[in-house]
Amino acid sequence: MTSRTRPLSPHLQVYRLPLLAKMSITHRAAGVALSFGLILLAYWLGAAAYGPAAYATAASLIGSPIGYLVLFGFTVALYYHLTNGIRHLLWDAGWGFEIPQAYKSGYIVLAATAALTVVTWAIGLSI
Amino acid sequence: MSLRTTLGRVRGHGSAKTGTVQGAMQRLTALALVPLCLWLVIALVSHVGASYESMHAWLSSPCTTSLLLVLLAVGTVHAQLGIQMVVDDYVHGCAKSWTMIAVKFATTLLCVYAAVSVLRAAFAGV
Repeated sequence: MTSRTRPLSPHLQVYRLPLLAKMSITHRAAGVALSFGLILLAYWLGAAAYGPAAYATAASLIGSPIGYLVLFGFTVALYYHLTNGIRHLLWDAGWGFEIPQAYKSGYIVLAATAALTVVTWAIGLSI
Repeated sequence: MSLRTTLGRVRGHGSAKTGTVQGAMQRLTALALVPLCLWLVIALVSHVGASYESMHAWLSSPCTTSLLLVLLAVGTVHAQLGIQMVVDDYVHGCAKSWTMIAVKFATTLLCVYAAVSVLRAAFAGV
């Protein structure tokens, strides 16, 4: 069976994506999610413009458990897209193209996302 | 029908010559959004549980109003370029045009609505 040693094309259903590929598609997914986050931002700013009653409704909606869950999701998406975006800008500048460096910066992005999210929520919940 | 190969036809014509502006704009807006987003998160976290009056006072400070308007404009352009990239890759044919038309319309309307809200909160009394 010589054919078994031949390279296979990376079909999505049978190929386990390496970390860098997963991070690449997650960057896009987070970006699209954040675009939907603009709806929430616009809703909140609109409520502030409509007056105290509308603002109170928006504040209680955002302050509900589901609202917090959504906010937490957007926090993770924002920090991931932001830190990974800086990584992309560094690549654009020609830095860190080697695979070991790409893995290293990838781990830094994941750690920074987790750390920034935890710090933000720790401060937010303690106020 | 031309008997020339596709490679033969395209060779020597150079690049498309336009299109780099979108890529450059994506990077430029990304760079601007790094401090803008961090500022917004810090501002929002420091206002957790704040009253309508204190939120209103924050919104109507010239610094906040300016930064929010810039954030909305830059963020909308960045989102449009980013979604365009995703749509170009995954949506094909007629659906691609309609998706992009819907995305452009929706994001523009959203941006204008949010910007008008910021200005209204800034210039109208409490």
